[in-house]
Amino acid sequence: MSDLSLARAALDVSPPSGLGAQVEAMPLRGMVTIRGDLGDAGFAAALQAATGCAVPEVRGSTVSGDTRVLWMSADEVMIFCAWDAAPGVVATFMEKAGDAHVLALDVSDARAVFRVSGEKAWRVLAKGAPVDLERMEPGEVRRTRIATVAAGIVRTDGDAFEIFCFRSFSTYLWNWLCVGAGAESLSDL
Amino acid sequence: MTRLKSGGALIDRDTSVTFTFDGKPFRGMKGDTLASALLANGVRLVNRSYKYHRPRGVVTSGPEEPNALVNLGSGDRHEPNIRMTQIELFDGLEATSQNRYPSLKSDVGVLNAAASRLYPAGFYYKTFIHPRVAWKHLFEPVIRRIAGLGRAPTEADPDTYEHQYAFCDTLIAGGGPAGLLAARRAGEAGERVMLVEQTERWGGRLLTDDDAEIDGKPARDWIAGQVAALEAMENVTLRLRTCCSAAFDHGYALLYERRADHMTPTGPRHRLWRVRAGQIVGATGMIERPIPFYGNDFPGVMLASAVRDYVRLWGVAPGQRTVLYTTNDDGYRTALALHEAGCHVAAILDARADPVGILVEQAREAGLTVMSATGIGKVSGNRDGVREIQTVPLDRGDDVELGKRIECDCVAMAGGWSPVVHLYSHSGGKVVWDADRAMYRPDPENPPRDRHGEPYVRLVGGAGGALTTGDVLASVGGATPSVVAAAEQPARPVWFTPSQGKAALGGKHFLDYQNDVTVADIRLAAREGFESVEHAKRYTTLGMATDQGKLSNINGHAILAETLGKAMADVGTTTFRPPYTPISMGVIAGQEKGLLFKPVRQTALHDWHAEQGAEFEPVGDWRRPYRYQRDSEGREASITREIKRVREKVGLLDASTLGKIIVRGPDAGKFLDLMYTNMMSTLKPGKCRYGLMCNDNGFLMDDGVVARLDEQTFLCHTTSGGSDRVHAWMEEWLQTEWFDMRVLTANVTEQWSQFAVAGPNARALLERLEGDVDFAALPFMGFAEGTVAGMPVRVFRISFSGELSYELAVPTSYALSLWEALLDVGGDLGVGPYGTEALHVLRAEKGFIVIGDETDGTVTPHDVGMSWAVSKKKDDFIGKRAMERSDLTRQGRKQLVGLLTEDPGYVLPDGAHALSKDGERAIGHVTSTYHSPTIGRSIAMALIEGGMDRMGETVQIGIDRKTSVKAVIASPVFYDKDGARQNV
Amino acid sequence: MLLIQCPVCGVEAEETEFAPGGEAHILRPEPGCSDAEWSAYLFERKNPRAVHYERWRHAFGCGKWFHMARHTHTLEIFGVYAADAPEPPQEIRDRIAERTAP
Ligand SMILES: [Zn+2]
Repeated sequence: MSDLSLARAALDVSPPSGLGAQVEAMPLRGMVTIRGDLGDAGFAAALQAATGCAVPEVRGSTVSGDTRVLWMSADEVMIFCAWDAAPGVVATFMEKAGDAHVLALDVSDARAVFRVSGEKAWRVLAKGAPVDLERMEPGEVRRTRIATVAAGIVRTDGDAFEIFCFRSFSTYLWNWLCVGAGAESLSDL
Repeated sequence: MTRLKSGGALIDRDTSVTFTFDGKPFRGMKGDTLASALLANGVRLVNRSYKYHRPRGVVTSGPEEPNALVNLGSGDRHEPNIRMTQIELFDGLEATSQNRYPSLKSDVGVLNAAASRLYPAGFYYKTFIHPRVAWKHLFEPVIRRIAGLGRAPTEADPDTYEHQYAFCDTLIAGGGPAGLLAARRAGEAGERVMLVEQTERWGGRLLTDDDAEIDGKPARDWIAGQVAALEAMENVTLRLRTCCSAAFDHGYALLYERRADHMTPTGPRHRLWRVRAGQIVGATGMIERPIPFYGNDFPGVMLASAVRDYVRLWGVAPGQRTVLYTTNDDGYRTALALHEAGCHVAAILDARADPVGILVEQAREAGLTVMSATGIGKVSGNRDGVREIQTVPLDRGDDVELGKRIECDCVAMAGGWSPVVHLYSHSGGKVVWDADRAMYRPDPENPPRDRHGEPYVRLVGGAGGALTTGDVLASVGGATPSVVAAAEQPARPVWFTPSQGKAALGGKHFLDYQNDVTVADIRLAAREGFESVEHAKRYTTLGMATDQGKLSNINGHAILAETLGKAMADVGTTTFRPPYTPISMGVIAGQEKGLLFKPVRQTALHDWHAEQGAEFEPVGDWRRPYRYQRDSEGREASITREIKRVREKVGLLDASTLGKIIVRGPDAGKFLDLMYTNMMSTLKPGKCRYGLMCNDNGFLMDDGVVARLDEQTFLCHTTSGGSDRVHAWMEEWLQTEWFDMRVLTANVTEQWSQFAVAGPNARALLERLEGDVDFAALPFMGFAEGTVAGMPVRVFRISFSGELSYELAVPTSYALSLWEALLDVGGDLGVGPYGTEALHVLRAEKGFIVIGDETDGTVTPHDVGMSWAVSKKKDDFIGKRAMERSDLTRQGRKQLVGLLTEDPGYVLPDGAHALSKDGERAIGHVTSTYHSPTIGRSIAMALIEGGMDRMGETVQIGIDRKTSVKAVIASPVFYDKDGARQNV
Repeated sequence: MLLIQCPVCGVEAEETEFAPGGEAHILRPEPGCSDAEWSAYLFERKNPRAVHYERWRHAFGCGKWFHMARHTHTLEIFGVYAADAPEPPQEIRDRIAERTAP
């Protein structure tokens, strides 16, 4: 009986379109933070068992079905999966990891995810992220700031980016993205 | 009208544009600037100077303009100090003049000018010192009325602005011949290139001075060819109306794009490009220098290059009879341009003894009078402009007198050219004085260097010191196009005339038009000992106006050098600071204004709180409900109601903002023993302990309840707003000091929403919800996990109010469901929400500290009476060694106490000082102060020197300079001293 | 504004993604140390107009601390290295010697 609508209540705004960039608030998503030794074979095996994905390269991501594993730091990955799959991912990982020194937490409610897509999508983000988004590779993960909010950006495919931030900032970031995507200036960028 | 019958490369004679200046309607043409349109309408008086309110006209045709500043727009789009030489005319443009009252033509401030002998350099410093009392009532009001350029806007700016981050291999500033060629070369090499140009056109000076042939083509055709080739390159970005305002360290540059100043804005008006470039090529050209002579500021005295720009680009004759005063061959182009356009050239005065070059000969062939070794000695005129000049012979020793009078309405000054070296200087490059060419040019030995120590800014073309089209193109490097252009003879630098003899009138040779700084001011400064160029600048204000001395600095420095008897190179120059030309305030903010000004963090219940009448308060970046308004009750009443609810029934507090950090690993206990002053490793799973965190100075920095979830896992609560800081603090120690420890952390603050359920009815309320948590069995400082109302919860039996209290944490997507469930089942138990003000009063009644209220970064746990939370058993923890330092152990440190005012109805002001017996010294201050509805009187907490030994003592608390009140020092625990209420 | 390469995630990013942490290689004395040693640890910093070894954190990025050798006047960056390195690696010291030779 979780209240799925609540976390997005503040985001129930029609996204702008027609200027080359579309902003969407993504529905609740399963998320798991895992920390440990990413280079350890046992870690890789446990991650594979829990997600079907290999350990990603530095700043990369790996995908299996609707699960994506994102490189977050030298000893940390983030798993995006179906919302109700997260507890299973934690349980499987911890069981397979055995006595290894690891940490796996269901953090599905901690962050909000937005999708910005379209040929001008990167221009919208470039209004506040000090990152060479034009040259970002598909699947690449970049943790940075957007305006002054800490955010992660993953180029999912082609012109589409997913943005994740702590949920307390979601109203702010949603408004920020919509203002940027709705500015008529996109036409001359 | 002074619009010429033909010519004007930039104007569209078939499209007329209407605008107003000082309310009067005018007509211009599409392609005009405000300056060219006003000149075409015969308007020469456009401004009054800042200090003396002297009548001033347009001097230049570009961004270096010192005089022609206007207020642009009206109402909420009013903007002051805009250079009319850079304003592209559009239908409906409104401009008003500045620095005049009541009007440009009859300005009363001109009295200042009559008294101009009263305003020498340093006048303000010397005059407004004595008598002191005069400052407030006499000097300040007068100065305030006359100070400042333009009028500040009074309404909020309705326009929008934005930023854009960009990355490139090479950024080229300036779209003249050098910039275009540099872009072409870089583009062909496959680089990612940005080429920006501050005006709305490509080509730079070649558009005006199109007498050269490049690669066998007329200059204009060559430009069009370059632009077309660049536009076809995918790796080249071209932007007009975009000025490279600044070049900073490591290739960071700011570009100021005036996106919509030439039209009714659609979308953002200005855009700030934040570029990171591998190389920056400055193709920023040159600015012509004026020549200071007596009366050189009458309307109609202009730069020679500007005069021919107006003729050739806008088809406007700045005058009907022009005198050209030149120090070089290039100036002759102006005479030739005027002559070709059918305007009379009254005379050419050439400072050189024997002018010969090709351009000189062309002028002579055209029948123009050339006077050699001759300068202008004096200009006469009125507010409408120049009437006549008087020549002065140069090089004749001390006894020269003014010579021939020549009637004219325009004077064109060609004093030589100064490279625009700003971008080189912004980023740390040095400039050197080139005596042969009489200019500061970039010093190739001292370029700006990037993070690898390699040069990354290069100035090409005029900016690099090239004076002819051939040299300009050759300076770019690579294959140089062939150029056919007139050869030019050397110039003769002239800093002002006459420089000696009886004719050397000094008072009205203006150097800095905008700040009214004269040659005499610089000389006075030098005589008074302001010998450093930096000191002379600040003393005289030379170059300190909005134009930053683009026209005045070189002449000013030369005059300083001459007065001091030094070489120019030994005097040096001031440093150029960004931005190159002023940028709008709006563009600095970009998109982050109004709603987006600053990120605000909201809990999952934010909308619920708002619907329930919450008044929010900022706590860090968070917004928390301060109190909830019910009906028409007053502020105090609502807070009292919420306090009583907790003391008598049961209240709910949204405590989701408290930080929550998971600390896990075999060494987690050991690690937390170091992080907290108390022992955490001995905590049993299922138990909670209140912990204090200090820095290595021994001062409190955070506090919170730590729960041990299992053998290897702890959950550390932090203060609201402290979660990021404390998490970063833990990671810092793990990564940089104790990196061998096997500990992993995660900040789960936002995963969990957390509510305090506090009050005598708390347990009864919670027991009404179905679930598997045994609330009655959970002891004080106990922790349990389970299901409540079908939701996964963590329950902590902890209390910050002194009442029976539980805190429930649920994953955030369940937050509203749990909150509403608690409200639904407890109506008859009196349940309702309470805000942070009630929370603060409740904790103060119990003497609980708040980090940031009772602490200020200089307070130890011992100071606040919490020695019990500082372990004596541990070898080390952060802050331990510092607490042994002499100042932290000395007697008489400020200690936390309670204060009870003599008048129980009087609530002390926050921060009020406690006074020593003689009233001379502050011995402490009030840290928290409230009216306590629970005990029916005011209460306060304070840090007082030696406070714990002063129980029962009465102290004076200063309220203001005259009043103080008495208060008795007491225990800070005002209510339920034994803690009986929470142990039920 | 500096351009800094994080040695952990490899990103080359502008200074606003990073948080400075002051002088590097300051040892935290043992609890039994003298007042003078403790005070040196707390307060004494070099602040040279020269090469400076300093601590930085990729605060908006991977969150990791690292060390950087930077000239405080020219802003030249000679290299970045691991947060747990007790001293600058030889390779960086060689580069500094080469770059700052008179
Ligand atoms: Zn990093």
